[in-house]
Amino acid sequence: MDNQTQQHGDNTGYNYAYLDEQSKRMIRRTLLKAVAIPGYQVPFGGREMPMPYGWGTGGVQITAAIIGLKDTLKVIDQGSDDTTNAVSIREFFKKVANVKTTESTGAASIIQTRHRIPEAPLQQDQILVYQVPIPEPLRFIEPRETETRKMHALEEYGIMHVKLYEDIARFGHISTAYAYPVKVNDRYLMDPSPIPKFDNPKMDNMAALQLFGAGREKRIYAVPPYTKVQSLDFEDHPFTIQEWDEPCDICGATNTFLDEVVTDDKGGRVFICSDSDYCGSQQETQA
Amino acid sequence: MINATSASTVTATVESTTECPLLSVKELSMLYAPGKGFTDVSFDLYPGEVLGIVGESGSGKSTLLQVISGRMQPDSGEVLYLRGSGNAQIEQIEELYSMAESQRRQLLRSEWGIVHQHPMDGLRSRVSAGGNIGERLMAIGHKNYAEIREQAEKWLSDVEIPLERIDDMPITFSGGMQQRLQIARNLVTHPKLIFMDEPTGGLDVSVQAKLLDLLRRLVTELNLAVVIVTHDLAVARLLAHRLIVMKQSKVVETGLTDQVLDDPQHPYTQLLVSSVLQN
Repeated sequence: MDNQTQQHGDNTGYNYAYLDEQSKRMIRRTLLKAVAIPGYQVPFGGREMPMPYGWGTGGVQITAAIIGLKDTLKVIDQGSDDTTNAVSIREFFKKVANVKTTESTGAASIIQTRHRIPEAPLQQDQILVYQVPIPEPLRFIEPRETETRKMHALEEYGIMHVKLYEDIARFGHISTAYAYPVKVNDRYLMDPSPIPKFDNPKMDNMAALQLFGAGREKRIYAVPPYTKVQSLDFEDHPFTIQEWDEPCDICGATNTFLDEVVTDDKGGRVFICSDSDYCGSQQETQA
Repeated sequence: MINATSASTVTATVESTTECPLLSVKELSMLYAPGKGFTDVSFDLYPGEVLGIVGESGSGKSTLLQVISGRMQPDSGEVLYLRGSGNAQIEQIEELYSMAESQRRQLLRSEWGIVHQHPMDGLRSRVSAGGNIGERLMAIGHKNYAEIREQAEKWLSDVEIPLERIDDMPITFSGGMQQRLQIARNLVTHPKLIFMDEPTGGLDVSVQAKLLDLLRRLVTELNLAVVIVTHDLAVARLLAHRLIVMKQSKVVETGLTDQVLDDPQHPYTQLLVSSVLQN
């Protein structure tokens, strides 16, 4: 502890990585439990962070608990490295944890993300930290927390299909496009945070460790490396991911999640990769 | 459609399985405070039988129903249930509060049904009628949309709700329709035993009459065992084969419905029967 405190001398008054060591230990204990029970929401004593709830306080606390001087941090928001939230969190850890930061997916050891999984496959030595607004996938059907906890404990998940049934009855297909419920390791039902369902298949059997932090609700959950993550569906309405008719307007990729961008006020619009790092590296390869 | 032949086949099946009651309640007590709840209740319920529980308000009827349907731990006594799907090999008698909570909840959504007095207590208000009916099927593992939809349609027409209302929310339904939807939602998994708490309360008499017709038909066709709590003696007479009369936490009289209502023995039952408006 002393060692680390000394190593970032220009931030007197703050402990290494902002949180005090006892809080970090508490979060690490929670993380160990979360990894031991894949998909199970473990309560933790969430701390106040110097940012409002909804801006990634859960993710920031996890990152603060696991980050060290040898780490390289990448932060993305909706796939992009240069949105306000991503830049702020990156700068925050550069200052309080004295770590290298990067925009390259391959070069990062910790990637904190809001609403996307990078397009490039992650590796065994990487950790993906998700920011989660609402950790409870059953909440919209069963608002009572006492009841949803019991439903998790007794594995009563039939009701989750009611939501998908309602989608099909109303729209003819499963219209849930983000925060698409998954079952982890054939046991716990989990909200993958508001990532597009396009990213759900990437969670399955992923080499990297996936950690989820919900700051306002004070819950942490995890998916260990190489764990089965299955998206719920019906036999006659199987799970599908989004598709686009055109490639990325900048790099020409056809296998990525695209954002629609309005370019003028005459109805002009283009589709571009939401993962800015992947789009950039594709352009370099082509150049 | 109750005709002589179907009625006689039903009696025959009842007789063939009478060796073993479906639900057996033994010296059951549950008191919140002295005089509040019920004490020392015992009865047997056989497959296909309808048991009415009548009595004054506050006599412990609803508490009794909650305890025997596995939703509230009793102070003492036991509730034995014959578990299984009518096949003698898998059937076994289990004590309700000795089994794991998960097993009890499993029973509640498969072999049992509960019809609440207020239909919205038993329905999901933000889920369409079809989804409400399909929920139990999905809860026991059905994963085929078309099949679930088909079942939902079948049950809607069985309880006489227009098919075009299948995607409407139950809050847009009338009270009678909500009650019928609640019944359909319970019956979709072909339960053996249904618990009803004042199913006709708050409905106007013509709607009540239709609902009672429906219940009678379903009970006969599906050979359901039913425990029905009511304070309406007309409902009890129409539906129940046997009656339990409760007053101040105690069972004061039991017997065949006609016998109890036509020749009441206990002063309270006599008062109850004579209080019904005559016309």
